[in-house]
Formats: sequence, C-alpha cells, structure tokens
Amino acid sequence: MADQEITLMKGNEAIAHAAIRCGCDGYFGYPITPQSEVLETLAEQKPWETTGMVVLQAESEVSSINMVYGGACTGKKVMTSSSSPGVSLMQEGISYMAGAELPALIVNVMRGGPGLGTIQPSQSDYFQACKGGGHGDYHLIVLAPASVQEMADFVDLAFTLAFRYRNPAMILADGAIGQMMEKVVLPPFKPRRTEEEIIKECPWATTGRIGGRKPNIITSLELRSEEMEVINLRIQAKYREIEAKEVRYEEFMLDDAEYAIVAFGSAARIAKKSIEIARAQGIKVGLLRPITLWPFPTNEVKALASRVKGILSLEINAGQMVEDIRLAVEGAVPVRHFGRLGGIIPDPDEVVEVLKSSF
Amino acid sequence: MTEEIIIAGFGGQGVLSMGKILAYAGLMEGKEVTWMPAYGPEQRGGTANVTVIVSDSPVSSPILSSYDTAIVLNQPSLEKFEPKVKPGGTLIYDGYGIPEPPTRKDIDVFRIDAMDAAAEMNLIKTFNMIVLGGLLKIHPVVGIESVLAALRKTLPERHHHLIPKNEEAIRKGMEIIKKL
Repeated sequence: MADQEITLMKGNEAIAHAAIRCGCDGYFGYPITPQSEVLETLAEQKPWETTGMVVLQAESEVSSINMVYGGACTGKKVMTSSSSPGVSLMQEGISYMAGAELPALIVNVMRGGPGLGTIQPSQSDYFQACKGGGHGDYHLIVLAPASVQEMADFVDLAFTLAFRYRNPAMILADGAIGQMMEKVVLPPFKPRRTEEEIIKECPWATTGRIGGRKPNIITSLELRSEEMEVINLRIQAKYREIEAKEVRYEEFMLDDAEYAIVAFGSAARIAKKSIEIARAQGIKVGLLRPITLWPFPTNEVKALASRVKGILSLEINAGQMVEDIRLAVEGAVPVRHFGRLGGIIPDPDEVVEVLKSSF
Repeated sequence: MTEEIIIAGFGGQGVLSMGKILAYAGLMEGKEVTWMPAYGPEQRGGTANVTVIVSDSPVSSPILSSYDTAIVLNQPSLEKFEPKVKPGGTLIYDGYGIPEPPTRKDIDVFRIDAMDAAAEMNLIKTFNMIVLGGLLKIHPVVGIESVLAALRKTLPERHHHLIPKNEEAIRKGMEIIKKL
C-alpha cells in the first residue's frame, strides 16, 4: 500500500525515485540546470544504503557517459541524466554505446540552445535525440514524457526497451516537465537483479568467464569493412523491428477533428489547453501526441492526414519534428509549424491564434 | 471546478512555498494539481512566480495565458500580471509591496496588508501564510484543515511546533483581506 501513495513532486525528483524503485544499479551524472534535482534527490535518498544502487557525481559529462558505458558492459542497469549542453558532451559515448549495442538510459531535460543558451525549457534537441546526435548510422529509443507521472513511469519502460533491444534509450523531457510538481504514484519497488539473473538475461555481458565460456568482447570497433557492414546491417534490422513494434502515441479529441496538432512533451500539454479554447470557439481540433519520438508514429500521422484538413506541429523549437510529420504526410495536407525559441514557452492563446491564421 | 492561480512577488517572500502548500492541500483533497515555477537564476530580491492549478479534472497545460486569480506582492508583478487576469477574475495585492494599486474595473480587486500584519504579529516569516489566508477567505479553493495537513506533511518535523503560528497567520489573513 505504501508503494501506491499519491505524492506531489517535481519531474526530476520522480526520475530519481523511479530509478531507485526499478532496480537501477548505477547512476553517474554531473549537475546542470534544469535537471540537477535528479542527482540531488538520489544523494538525499542514499539508495546505496538500501538497494545498493551506486550514485556517483562524475567530474564531467564525458566521464559520466563513459562510466555508463562501463557499467552497461557488465549487464547492469545504469543511467545518467543531464541537460542539453551536457548531453552534447556525451554524444561520443552515446554513439559508442549504440555501436557496441549497450542498454542504458540517458535522460535529457532540455533547455534552450544553441551553445550554453539559457536554462529555460526548450525542445530544441529533437534532432540530436532522434537523428543521431553522435556519428554513425544509429538510433536511440526516445521517449517523451508529458507529465510528472510519465517521468516516473518511463524510467522502467526505457530500461525494459533498452534491454529488450540492447540499445541505449533516452527520456527526452524539458525544463518545464523537470521543474513542475504534479501528483504522482511512484512505481512499486523491484529488487535489483542478482548476478545470476544478469548472466541469464545478458549472455553478451562481461560478467566473468564462469565455467570457462568464451570471452565476451564488447566494442564498437571493427576495422574489416565487410564485417562492419554486417554489424551495421544487423543493427539496422533491429531498428526496423523497433519501428514495427514499439511506436507509442496518445490521441486527444481527434474523433471529429478537422485540424490536428502534433506535439510532444510539455508542448502537448499546452496543445490540450489550446484545443479546449479553440473548441469553445467552434474550431474542431485534436491532438496526436507522439510518446516515442523514435520510433516516430509515421503511419499514425499519415493516417491522420487522410482525416483532417491541416496539421500544426507545435514544438518549443524552430521546427524539427515538423520534418518527420511532412515525411509521413507526403504533401497530402498542409503542415505548419509553430514554436517559440530561446526558453520562451508558447502560451495556449497564441497557439489558438496560430491555428486560426494557419489554415 | 478549476482554479488557475498565479502567485508573484520578490524571491524570499515565500511565493513558491505558498504555492506548494496550496498544491499539496489540493492533493490531500483528492484534486488534480500542478505547480509550475518560473525558475531561473533566482535570488532573494529578484522576482519569483509560480502557477498553481487546482482542479476536479485532469489539468491540461501547466502554462497559461490568463488566470482566474492573480496574487501579486510587488509592483513589477502587478504590472506583469494585472493584464493577465481573466475578465471577472480576482486580483489580490499586498498594500505594502504595491504603492500604485491596480486600475482594472472588470475584475474583483482585494487588498491585503499582509506585510504590515506580519510585522505587527512579529511573525514576519508567516507573511505568505497571511496572504494564503486571504485567498482562502474569498476563494475557498481548499479547506484550512487541508492546508494544515499539508504543512504537517511538507515541513520537517523540527518545524512542526510552528504550525499553530501558521494557522494564526492564515486566520489573520482571512480577517484582514478587504475588497476595493
């Protein structure tokens, strides 16, 4: 029962509590606004005294991500969190993990860029999260929470998907979701996996050559191009499987909609309010909210285009997801973008005005 | 019922914690709540504000264009948020912090001399609870019992002996708020 208690907390705090509760083995991070409460909450909760989870403040984001790489090689459930500039620093490590096919969780609580930018909320790392970010042909599994509850729920989901596909997963949140407090029911406690369970679940991991098994070598390096192409093809086949099986999205008031907003994360929350206002004025509009940004709900957006007269991509950036929407829609209906930049959050009234003037 | 509230003032006036206690009290009554701070490089003397939404149904956007109620505790906050009160809405201001009072005629304006009262009671730190009392008098968004329960829940135990003083402050606020 105690596990089911409803409490009030920030999105960042929910991430930390959910990590402890889902049996995470290690967190490695470096403070940056607006996500510092993740590390702060972990330090306050002292999970090393209860579940045995390691919490370490590294000397930089580059160290954090390489500690995550190391931990992931041993089959442990490991994670890091940061905000935009910190996640940029991690890109090399993320690409290496994708190449070495390592499961791990990276949380990005986005702030406005480019560069050091601002500490206010933004969604301008969509390209970085979904289109590579680091070098090479790879994808992360990218989940976009739109509430504090989803911040809590997506930690376990991200780990589950990461281990199912041996691929790094990312929770792509933003400063608004990280800093706001809402009601949340934390997930129940799951024990950390035992060494035996890890050996069974992760036969690829560097768990020691018990019984004299062949050494497991984890690397993203393969100098023979023929072999490297085979590895790439295998990874690409895995991505196609993820695209086929793991698309997640939410529909809101689309049944009779003549126009649709597509938005994720905090922009989707603003969109819902805009829809309430617009419907009160007789404009039939609904929302499609991608929950997985990669894999993107391409088929669902394409189907949407056959039902509505126009689509507005509402993003807190200069227009990034709109490209994926246009690819899905293939010109069937007009697709517009609206966003604010530099840490300014669009307000619901201005979105309604944009809706009226766009179509 | 949905109440969309902005609370704004100087950093250090207890704006964020007042919002938090209000949100917590809503939670304890089984309502839907969001608490969205304008976070930033905040400091004592800088500006701070928080949007609190208390509702019987799920809250859509934590970020709003306009508010049912604005509680403003300094002049810059009045200038920023007076225009954003919905017509027919409510504005509450502290007389000490705001020498130039609000001018809108299409909203209900209330004045609460909370800073003066806090000084008189020699309970300067309960300033924000006096303001909260004022709000609860005119908009009983949550019950005073829930606020006290929220204080018990959010204050560390070593501060629990201060809860009666907070209650006193809330009741003072209910007493001194006046409609203009």
